[in-house]
Amino acid sequence: MDFEARELAETIEQNGADASLISILEEIQGRYRYLPQEAMILVSERLGVPLSQVYSVATFYHAFSLVPRGRHTISVCTGTACHVRGAVQVLNRLETGLGVRPGETTRDRQFTLETVNCLGCCALGPVVVLDGEYEGQMTTKKVDKLMKRSMHQAAGESDD
Amino acid sequence: MIELRSQRALIDYRQRIQATTDPQQRRIRVCDGTGCRALGSRKVLALLQETLQEAGLAGEVEVVPTGCPGFCELGPLFTIDPEQIAYNRVGVDDIPAIVAKTIAQGEIIDGLVFVDPVTGQTIIHDNDLPFYTKQMRRVLELNGQIDPTSIEDYIAHGGYVALGTALYEMAPEHVIEEVKRSGLRGRGGAGFSTGTKWHLCRQSPGDVKYVICNADEGDPGAFMDRSILEGNPHSVVEGMTIGAHAIGATQGYVYIRNEYPLAVQNLRIALQQAREHGLLGDDILGFGFDFDIEIRVGSGAFVCGEETALMASIEGKIGEPRPRPPYPAQSGLWGKPTNINNVKTWANIPLIIRNGADWFASVGTEKSKGTMIFSLVGKIRNTGLVEVPMGISLRELIYDVGGGIPGGKGFKAAQIGGPSGGCIPKEHLDVPVDYESLAALGAIVGSGGLVVTDEDTCMVDLARYFLKFTQEESCGKCVPCRVGTRAMLETLERICAGRGREGDVEYLVELGQEVKRSSLCALGGTVPNPVLTTIRYFRDEYEAHVYDKKCPAKVCKGLITYEVVAASCTGCMVCARNCPVGAITGEKKQPHVIDPEVCTRCGVCHALCNFDAITVH
Amino acid sequence: MLHIAIDGQEIETEAGRTVLEAAREHAIYIPTLCYHEAMEPFGACRLCMVEVEAGRGRQLVASCAYPCVDGLIVHTNSDAVLHSRRITVELLMASSAHVPIVRQLADELGVGEPRFAMERNDCILCGLCVRACHEIVGVGAISVIDRGIEKKVSPPFHIASNACIECGTCVLVCPTGAITLADITGGARTVHPSQSEFEDVDCRICGHHYLAPGFVDHATLFAKVEAVASAVKGEGTP
Repeated sequence: MDFEARELAETIEQNGADASLISILEEIQGRYRYLPQEAMILVSERLGVPLSQVYSVATFYHAFSLVPRGRHTISVCTGTACHVRGAVQVLNRLETGLGVRPGETTRDRQFTLETVNCLGCCALGPVVVLDGEYEGQMTTKKVDKLMKRSMHQAAGESDD
Repeated sequence: MIELRSQRALIDYRQRIQATTDPQQRRIRVCDGTGCRALGSRKVLALLQETLQEAGLAGEVEVVPTGCPGFCELGPLFTIDPEQIAYNRVGVDDIPAIVAKTIAQGEIIDGLVFVDPVTGQTIIHDNDLPFYTKQMRRVLELNGQIDPTSIEDYIAHGGYVALGTALYEMAPEHVIEEVKRSGLRGRGGAGFSTGTKWHLCRQSPGDVKYVICNADEGDPGAFMDRSILEGNPHSVVEGMTIGAHAIGATQGYVYIRNEYPLAVQNLRIALQQAREHGLLGDDILGFGFDFDIEIRVGSGAFVCGEETALMASIEGKIGEPRPRPPYPAQSGLWGKPTNINNVKTWANIPLIIRNGADWFASVGTEKSKGTMIFSLVGKIRNTGLVEVPMGISLRELIYDVGGGIPGGKGFKAAQIGGPSGGCIPKEHLDVPVDYESLAALGAIVGSGGLVVTDEDTCMVDLARYFLKFTQEESCGKCVPCRVGTRAMLETLERICAGRGREGDVEYLVELGQEVKRSSLCALGGTVPNPVLTTIRYFRDEYEAHVYDKKCPAKVCKGLITYEVVAASCTGCMVCARNCPVGAITGEKKQPHVIDPEVCTRCGVCHALCNFDAITVH
Repeated sequence: MLHIAIDGQEIETEAGRTVLEAAREHAIYIPTLCYHEAMEPFGACRLCMVEVEAGRGRQLVASCAYPCVDGLIVHTNSDAVLHSRRITVELLMASSAHVPIVRQLADELGVGEPRFAMERNDCILCGLCVRACHEIVGVGAISVIDRGIEKKVSPPFHIASNACIECGTCVLVCPTGAITLADITGGARTVHPSQSEFEDVDCRICGHHYLAPGFVDHATLFAKVEAVASAVKGEGTP
């Protein structure tokens, strides 16, 4: 989907007086998979908010990233219920398999590993979410299957 | 589109909807909440509709995706009307039989009905399931009954009647008086009298006022707010509209976590439908009252569940709390009088207005009236959401409603209130669950998250887990929380790693108490609770870690070792191949050995061994 | 006029005053680190905590923000207050024992070596520099970034700010000497006031005015954002 800088500038102005800095940043994060420096500067200019304020907000909230996130996001729920049911083992297995720690992205920019503090599916803990698809009752074995499947799919996509 | 501009119009509309509903019609209610979706309910639903189509039954059978009724342990859940046959753990493979036997011929499929694990009794009908019969489902009643994306369903079941009553038959002050009389206390955790809060906000001078719904349910293990917004969003919309009129607000916000996309989606649909029907926006129900609601999505900060941080976030700032007083009722969003309530609190309002304050107060204890919704998670048989009267004993909640601890393990403690809460040990199982009784034990009701732990849980590790969460979520503004919780976490990490020192436990207590008293907001003010209560009730476990360098529950990595039991080992090499650090050596078909110097205690070998040949010391 | 009692002393103060203001009016000492008369109370350092009695028993509150009410009873040196202050200072000592004002407070309160150590830091995150830059000067060149234990003061992107007008207010209000102008401007004199291209704008969020610098011409800015969009598209954004 095309997304031009001019369109971004217009979107900001159209939102008018109620323009919410955070909603606009969420939109940019969604489209670019991170907050590019230039986009933040544009938001500051067009919205009428000091750049230091934009940067402060961008670094405070974990939903925003200043470096590009992977095409696919794997989130491991580390909420209490999942923790008690063994989420740590699941996370460790993914760390080993992907070669990254939580918050990091694989070198080929395909996968970002994240932890989430409670998705609200506590009956099915431990829970892993891959690109919005929920997988419950994860075990070390199931993690291996999931990783194999998603890496296979990812390889297929980049061939296009 | 029907615009309802009078009470009469609403009544007529409801009657019209009810007239077209045949109670005897075959309906299949399928739970479509996030929990069941994670168990594959979407595929099940799709296949069901396809199969009904092929069988030529799509015209006679209504499929209703509903919100979460709470029995998450047994999802995906089906309830088949009119008999109310309850099927659980429904998979795609079960669909052909369900359509051919149950739908077409009324035949019950044995493998899908509930069997009581204790009595062995088979229970077919939804209403007879002990999980539900032991509850008192007032707020959750319609979850699992209605399609949350259908305002007609909500109206057919009495929705928006309370709004009509509040607008046309009661003065705003009377509405506030009724809420006060009911004894409803904030269900977000603080337990402040809701009616009093509304009154204070109404009294504050000013023409511009706001109402906010705090849906930033961040406590790990809590998902009742999510389920209400997913499964019955109109209950919150109606509650907020009633409140706005009583207080004098014209704009409302629902602040909801970004980790809850389905709830955001269903709420968005509900707001749109309410506007289309004249129940939100301009001239609500023809009364001349203007009020609308906007959704604001969170951006990954637990601290934004704190009301002043939440308001800062809506204003476009970082989620840092500010000193109170002034309280939001006097000066809140953009400096205007603001009333913030939790999702469950708002959802109770239409019920109070429709059924009366006396009805609400007919259950509960003297100071804690009404029902409360808990999420039962962790080491418990019936994981899910339950609604029970305030004052029920913890024992009843865990054993009768929750079904007890699975696997024959012993109960150790219940953590209530998430990272802000405290744990309750065995000796206090008979404590009534209400605001005052739990506070006396060092715990809180909180927003209702209840995590059950058994003998395999290390309480020191649990405290460490909560402090780690806190350190990630602390906003960092004030010294006691930012630095104090870091000091506490490091001490706990040392203890769990086997490097605990004399004086560590005393330091944790002293520091914990000061962090509680001196922090700027309720986050710092409550997060030492898990540490303080685990020390209070499980001091021996702490001392074992510090002095004996042992973890009795065999959890803390620094204090355990993994060992291969040579007699059971078949030499299959699975563990050796999967060990991330190469700590296991052994020839094929020969017993393997784990090198404790290299082993990181990750537990993968233990998890993968098919022969129970690896033990933990 | 309101009548309150501080440490047993009956005093009169105007309505609208905070407990700290009333105390200072009467030369009663309450230590502070993040308070400044010219700025809004912040409530971050927690050093100014006092015990008040107002109906529901005794409570520890931050005096810099707590409004006086008629009949309020305040204790500035009770056991609870001193214990709270000592722990707060001890926690500050973990990273900033070398900072003169922290050392002074520690000596005053009898706080010894901290039982906990952190990386050495001159900055105690009182926020005065940031608040002065936004509230008083109205430039907003710096802000607090990140959160929790990672929180720090920085110009955007950690590079020299071209919004800074080098007024030096941040340096003036800093209680520890942690911030220098070079931190903000990168050492070079990047702005000459008479040649500055600043626009006076009202902040959409808080309403204060600030001086918005011209960063770069719009054509260049648009081109840069479009380049990012193409790069992301090239990777195949869903």
